[in-house]
Amino acid sequence: MVEFAGWEMPVHYTGTAQEHMAVRTRAGMFDVSHMGEIELKGPAAKENLQGLTCNDVGHLAVGQCQYNALTTPHGTFVDDVLVYRLSQDNFFLCVNASNQEKDYHWIREHCGGSVEVTFRGDDFSQLAVQGPKALRILRPLTELRLQEMRSYWFAHGKFAGIDALVSRTGYTGEDGFELYFHPKHSEDVWTRILDEGKEAGLEPAGLAARNTLRLEAKMALYGNDIDETTTVLEADLGWICKFEKGDFMGRDALLKQKQEGLKRKLVGFEMVERGIARDHYPVVLDGQTVGRVTSGSPAPFLKKNIGLTYLPADRTAVGTEFTVLIRDAPVKARVVPTPFYKRVKTAGM
Amino acid sequence: MYPEEYRYSKDHEWILDQGGIGTIGITDYAQKELGDVVYVDLPEVGDTFEANEPFGQVESVKAVSEIFCPVSGEVVEINKKLEDAPELINESPHQKAWMIKVRISNPDELKELLSAKGYEEYIQEQSGA
Repeated sequence: MVEFAGWEMPVHYTGTAQEHMAVRTRAGMFDVSHMGEIELKGPAAKENLQGLTCNDVGHLAVGQCQYNALTTPHGTFVDDVLVYRLSQDNFFLCVNASNQEKDYHWIREHCGGSVEVTFRGDDFSQLAVQGPKALRILRPLTELRLQEMRSYWFAHGKFAGIDALVSRTGYTGEDGFELYFHPKHSEDVWTRILDEGKEAGLEPAGLAARNTLRLEAKMALYGNDIDETTTVLEADLGWICKFEKGDFMGRDALLKQKQEGLKRKLVGFEMVERGIARDHYPVVLDGQTVGRVTSGSPAPFLKKNIGLTYLPADRTAVGTEFTVLIRDAPVKARVVPTPFYKRVKTAGM
Repeated sequence: MYPEEYRYSKDHEWILDQGGIGTIGITDYAQKELGDVVYVDLPEVGDTFEANEPFGQVESVKAVSEIFCPVSGEVVEINKKLEDAPELINESPHQKAWMIKVRISNPDELKELLSAKGYEEYIQEQSGA
């Protein structure tokens, strides 16, 4: 167990590589109750959220969720979040554990008009069941028609006999679901799912596997790959930057950056020579230290040593070579296409 | 589990002294704590180390750990096989996955290390804590 943002968290159960492979080939279950939840409710909820985030929540249907970011006036990240539209005037944000208080105060401070902002972090436990067999494991436990739920949609209903919100989302690059419910049911729901999934090879998985899985899928981790010093565009997340939706916090800065061109951009790389790039190792390009590895690890499924780093924008082409200093020794790495891992989508199960 | 003829360090390395040449590896306890080893970094033949100085690293998916030289000496051989097959460290920590051989420069240092029985008691305390 390890402490993370005030929570006692399991780093691993059976072993990181094994848990990682279970998620890629069968299914894994993560206790992600540490994630924070914030609700915005009221006639002005949508308008406020539009102003605070860079993605367009205007087109979000009730029952749909969206990857988005709370942005600073500089176009950098207050946090990256998942937005759920519960009703016309009611939105729910799933935010990073370590940012939940900051986010809550930030939103309160910058909200105006008829909107009520509530911190709901203590009202929910969250489990993520991820992997190609997630659907068939969870289906028998709920009245919800999970097989018809599209990616990045959600529904409310009974799950294992209790009220839950279930979304087809995740942080692993696999198909899967995230479940929110009252914390008093945590142990019960965890056990029910684990029992149900035994035959299909479901395994409990910890924080370490969650990290290697999201890295293979090139999903950014706040505090590593993105933070208040990196802009949404630099993080290669231009697809969540909807300039056409109208004004929002950081829009001018981002627009200016887009017009003038980026100075640096987040890229994925793999090690060419023997060695594992770890978080914070220095990155050297043409004899100059240009940055640090923001996330680096062996990739258990791909069997490669991969990582993310910011490089000067004109040197981000696939194939660009640079070195990572591993215990002071330069080891060759190369920019590769991302995501490193992309699941093969199969027709319904 | 822990061979009688080996000596053990509290950093979880073992050493087998054969006529002044010490064969060194990490213990079964250490490999279990590490999890699946995916990478090992070893020194070069000719490098010298003081007792308790790090001579290499083993890496699992989630962490890097240093390996310490239990005695002072000069490296005379390294186990090249581990570069391509680091999983040997999990499979056979006390035999196939020996890491380096050193010419022991101060045999007295061996006496400061633990016996098999002493080491087993030590790790029991560690895991019981």
